Amino acid sequence: MADSPSKILKENIWYSNPVFIQILGICSTLAVTNNLINTVIMTVGLMFVTGFTNVTVSLLKNLIPRKVRMIVQTLIIAFYVIIVDILLRAYLPDVSKALGPYVGLIITNCIIMGRAEAFAQSNGPLLSFWDGITSGLGYMWVLMIIAFVRELLGFGTLFGMSVLPEGFTHWTIMVMAPSAFFLLGTFIWISKTIMLKNEGGRK
Amino acid sequence: MSPDINPLVLFFASIFTSNILLANFLGMCSFISISKDMKSSNGLGLAVTVVLVLTSMLNWVILKYILIPLDLLYLRYIIFIIVIAATVQVLEMVIDRVSPALYMALGIFLPLITVNCAILGVALFMQIRNYSFIQTVFFAAGSGLGWWLAILALSAIQKKLLKAPVPAGLKGPGITLITIGFMAMAFIGFSGMLSVQ
Repeated sequence: MADSPSKILKENIWYSNPVFIQILGICSTLAVTNNLINTVIMTVGLMFVTGFTNVTVSLLKNLIPRKVRMIVQTLIIAFYVIIVDILLRAYLPDVSKALGPYVGLIITNCIIMGRAEAFAQSNGPLLSFWDGITSGLGYMWVLMIIAFVRELLGFGTLFGMSVLPEGFTHWTIMVMAPSAFFLLGTFIWISKTIMLKNEGGRK
Repeated sequence: MSPDINPLVLFFASIFTSNILLANFLGMCSFISISKDMKSSNGLGLAVTVVLVLTSMLNWVILKYILIPLDLLYLRYIIFIIVIAATVQVLEMVIDRVSPALYMALGIFLPLITVNCAILGVALFMQIRNYSFIQTVFFAAGSGLGWWLAILALSAIQKKLLKAPVPAGLKGPGITLITIGFMAMAFIGFSGMLSVQ
């Protein structure tokens, strides 16, 4: 098992990245990847929830009876998601409207539950917090790349500012749902190929 | 007020044009892991549809008569998830009592459903779009059937894919996602007929 903080970082960002190795938690966030700003806010929210859920679960792990731990974990997650939702509505009302139901859907994002089960149950609170944050980071960079491609080709903008020349023909497909599947599939393909190559090199 | 949409239109739109999985990306986790096997896909699809209809009705009633009058809307995430977990639990016990055969077929899928994003997603959509009770029921049934249709189609395609020569790096989730992408494109083709969003 990963123990040192730097090893956890490497594991979560590349070797067992939640998105392209474990294929976890793509439900709630893939939907907002046609826009970089929304993606950043969504993934930061997810990072916050994962980190603090891990701390809480880790602190309470000896108090929660094993039989009901799933429902307790879900309630802890829901608690933090409500905080994120209220913060968003107070400070970024426009984004909150655009994200719509997807903020609430962070609750059912499998990464959070997965990390709480796999890591926080058996590790101390500080290390668990670090694990949650790095899992969020590993999630963030993959989705940022997808959002980057989708926003650039779909709208010709980056973070809402237009970067491509006037005459650029927008790729309508990039705004629609299928492109997210294609891009994620391609991304998994590339990363897996690199990984297979590295393994071959090591042998 | 509820939007003025014919429930039947809503029903077909949620199956085809705004399929909960292919257009809204909900319920992907169990979708990718289960879709390898046709029989399990069928069982899970049925279970999702049943749970969706039941929980969305319950959630609608709770939302309308408890949460909104008491101004407790910010508690909706917790309430919805508890309702879903409880419904799944009760359903599991009832099925076990009434029909052990069905329980054998469906039993293992029920716990998976609690964390299926599609269920919570439908509850949240129904709240945000302000659907009436009838609209909610049709929307939930359509979403469930749409999800069922999508997972069945994907598991059939997966079966063919087993024999196809796929590059090593693309094997597994990679090719599955790209296949889902093509399916999503096909479903978008329906959008000329109806559109509800």
